Amino acid sequence: MKHDVEQVKLLDRFSTSNKSLTGTLYLTATHLLFIDSSQRETWILHHHIAAVEKLPLTTSGCPLVIQCKNFRTVHFVVPRERDCHDIYNSLLQLSRTAKYEELYAFSYNPKQNESEQVKGWQLIDLTEEYKRMGVPNSNWQLSDANRDYKICETYPKELYVPRTASKPIIVGSSKFRSKGRFPVLSYYHKNKEAAICRCSQPLSGFSARCLEDEHMLQAISKANPSNRYMYVMDTRPKLNAMANRAAGKGYENEDNYSNIRFQFVGIENIHVMRSSLQKLLEVSGTKGLSVNDFLSGLENSGWLRHIKAVLDAAVFLVKAIAVESASVLVHCSDGWDRTSQVCSLGALLLDSYYRTIRGFMTFLISNLNWFQSVHGIFFRCCQLDGDPKEISPVFTQFLESVWNLTEQFPQAFEYNEAFLLQIHEHVHSCQFGNFLGNCQKEREELKLKEKTYSLWPFLLDEQKRYQNPLYNPDFSPELTLLEPNTVSFNFKFWRNMYHQFDRSMHPRQSVFNLIMNMSEQNKQLEQDIKELEAKIKQRNGQSDALPVKEQQQPAHPAPLALKTPPCFKKEQPLIPVNDAVRTIEGSNAADNRYSEFVAEFSKAEPAVVSLEYGVARMTC
Amino acid sequence: KVSASAASAWPSAPSRCPGSPPPSSGCPPPLAPQAMLRSSQPLTGPNRKRCREDEVLLGTVLDEGERGFIIDTRSAQAAKQARMTGGGTEPKSSYPQWRRLHRPLERGRQLQESFIKLVDACNDTTINMDRWLNRLESCRWLSHVKAALSTACLAAQCMDREEANVLVHGAEGTDTTLLVTALAQVILDPSCRTLAGFQGLLEREWIEAGHPFHLRCAHSAYSHARLKQEAPLFLLFLDCVWQLSRQFPFSLEFSERLLLTLFDNAYASAYGTFLCNNEKERCLCKVKENTHSLWAWLNQPGERQKYLNPLYSPNALVIWPSVEPQSIQLWQGLFFRWIRSSQYLDEAWAEIQWLVEGSEPPKDSAGNRLSRSLSDPTARPENAR
Repeated sequence: MKHDVEQVKLLDRFSTSNKSLTGTLYLTATHLLFIDSSQRETWILHHHIAAVEKLPLTTSGCPLVIQCKNFRTVHFVVPRERDCHDIYNSLLQLSRTAKYEELYAFSYNPKQNESEQVKGWQLIDLTEEYKRMGVPNSNWQLSDANRDYKICETYPKELYVPRTASKPIIVGSSKFRSKGRFPVLSYYHKNKEAAICRCSQPLSGFSARCLEDEHMLQAISKANPSNRYMYVMDTRPKLNAMANRAAGKGYENEDNYSNIRFQFVGIENIHVMRSSLQKLLEVSGTKGLSVNDFLSGLENSGWLRHIKAVLDAAVFLVKAIAVESASVLVHCSDGWDRTSQVCSLGALLLDSYYRTIRGFMTFLISNLNWFQSVHGIFFRCCQLDGDPKEISPVFTQFLESVWNLTEQFPQAFEYNEAFLLQIHEHVHSCQFGNFLGNCQKEREELKLKEKTYSLWPFLLDEQKRYQNPLYNPDFSPELTLLEPNTVSFNFKFWRNMYHQFDRSMHPRQSVFNLIMNMSEQNKQLEQDIKELEAKIKQRNGQSDALPVKEQQQPAHPAPLALKTPPCFKKEQPLIPVNDAVRTIEGSNAADNRYSEFVAEFSKAEPAVVSLEYGVARMTC
Repeated sequence: KVSASAASAWPSAPSRCPGSPPPSSGCPPPLAPQAMLRSSQPLTGPNRKRCREDEVLLGTVLDEGERGFIIDTRSAQAAKQARMTGGGTEPKSSYPQWRRLHRPLERGRQLQESFIKLVDACNDTTINMDRWLNRLESCRWLSHVKAALSTACLAAQCMDREEANVLVHGAEGTDTTLLVTALAQVILDPSCRTLAGFQGLLEREWIEAGHPFHLRCAHSAYSHARLKQEAPLFLLFLDCVWQLSRQFPFSLEFSERLLLTLFDNAYASAYGTFLCNNEKERCLCKVKENTHSLWAWLNQPGERQKYLNPLYSPNALVIWPSVEPQSIQLWQGLFFRWIRSSQYLDEAWAEIQWLVEGSEPPKDSAGNRLSRSLSDPTARPENAR
């Protein structure tokens, strides 16, 4: 289906001069494309569209506002109402998909051959990962009790449990846990011999007990030779947990379980998080905000408070393991969201492997955390037209927590902010199969490995872009803890996420680009020098004459040559890349709201101010 | 009656087209210089006095048909009220070519309170998130930063875009006035962004211009004694410059370290540079004879490089900062300086420095290495690190 409408204006939402770009709007089966008069392209994936709104007709045309899941907001003005209406309806249709098969991933074709596609899925081997962690071992074993998903539908086939947990214990415990999600291994710390385990809430009500479940927890604590007791962390606010008791669920009674220390670490539920983000977006979407309005809006949304709560919980978990060598069992209600966040962050803080690019990918795909079974990420990111109440920014929060860590420890992570943003982008894009499906069973049924492509090889191809030039692998040797400072003032508003596409707000010059380019140059120069030295040696060895004064080869700064790989074609690079080392210089007075007296100023703004491509060219 | 202090004119750098592309593709830079002037308020008083000399002075600044902007750093109401105590504003009829704009900037007690509240909030490490954001908002420090930057940008905009002359004044001409004029120069003029140029700017726009450092930078934020004349205008200026350095990390030749050193020395110093309240007092106290200058110490070759920004690359353009709240940050390096460790950030910064300087005079070290290889064929290639 192809639609094109001409003379559409794209407004810059933060500019005061109401300057806009005029161009043509196209609708394809998968994207919305706007090409302006200077041939610049803006691509928006239909899957990214969260909401479309038609605003009241104005003299310049019919405004159409599109809000995306990656927090991009575009504001078009379509000259004719009829066209606007058509586009609006088309977008509504295109951005909603009722069936998996309609998702982009099933039709996306990057022109790879079959073996490449298969290899893409095999790039990261989970068995290797478990081996690296140190399981199976004398205390932990691989159980195939769930091999047909009979015990728990939403768990994967391969589960690690304590050796002393026999099948009857597993079955009994699963019957006592909400949705059958009994305690399993999430991460094993081989130095401390302590484990992070996860599950869902027990169906304890006010007084119910289950011997098998109690044995299960005993097995977990026995599997840790260093420490007699273990922690049980309930990541819900105490009130919520207590309320669940009335519904026959609840939390563990310390009296019934030997050697457990129970701890609430209150993190709010998905509904609270959803509304928190909504409020945050309202604040970030308002033009001409005063500092006070911004800060009070930020406070009212509670967003940073939630991020802090998640990180605080992870720190508690990590201290238990690193300081007390105690195993920890984490759960919330269904063991999906908050549990995932806390276990994941905990592992990231404990294990430096997850701070490398490959490690992070492994981390994401492993059983432990997101996609294979234990997290209903699909629901949360709303790809299918499902229950809006199930949508929640849980994964965004997780990424934001990681980002806060990269800000505190600039040398500890091999990957940079762009990596996190790109992953966020693709979680919502449905272009790759990695993020589809809510559990392993579903993913097998959808035949994702045969019918879709994996994101990882594409990211690895482009690794250079995602590398942190300041990364120091010796920063924290293997299994050394990262201890973040979680005092409130350490948490910042993630402007590059929520204003990713608002160019006028960004730091005007990218230090990151400069350093990347300089790193490249350094390496190139070193190589040149080595080559020249070798040449000189050769000549000196060969001839006795000719004190040849070799000229040093001109340093050719290797620009970050981004060949546009197929899946990222047409996407605007998150970091503007060009030949010059510096990017934005000076910027433009008209992009900024310095005064209400703008109307006083008679001089027209310079016609062409190119923000991204180096020097501002202004007409005098 | 003549207004309280004579205006001091600073001819702006000529507004020009930005550096590259080379002139052949654009038009040659216009050389009409704009002037930015500062003064104190006119003493119009309740009887709307006029002063011929003042009108002539301001008249000569403008050519026929040109217009000027007066940026009054008081609110319209405050300016009006000032008339009751002998001050006031320039009446439109007497200064027809000048358009007056009011941009109220906080000064005095309020500003000091704001500073104290912020430091209090930063020191509270047990504070929860809501309370922290609430205190950050209610202290209003970031609002003041935004207001100062916006006003300076407005002045710069008048000069650079509107090609008009600008007169800035508040009440005394010693506080917010200097904040605006100094900041506008950093925005407009690339030479003010060099280390030497910035020092010159401070000398001119703060020290010689008579900012009463002795009164304003007496006890800082921890003292219980709330002195009447104390106010952190200079700190606000340094904060705004820091904001610029965040938004344009390659455009300032000096680093955050310089700004922190200046902050320290304004309040307590082994050097005489920030002593007293104005040039007259400095003469009376014989400051130049009896003390050492901070600049002399800073500019020693060994010291100087500590204050340089390794990412500096001269930027001939005017730098227009974003003043959206999302773009204005809390100056962590200052406000959390003694509260939390900056070890990891410092190490990262050192790494940046190494990375940048490692490629800096490659021609030198590489050339040397290569010539050595030429003269001594057995010389082993050294590790560059």
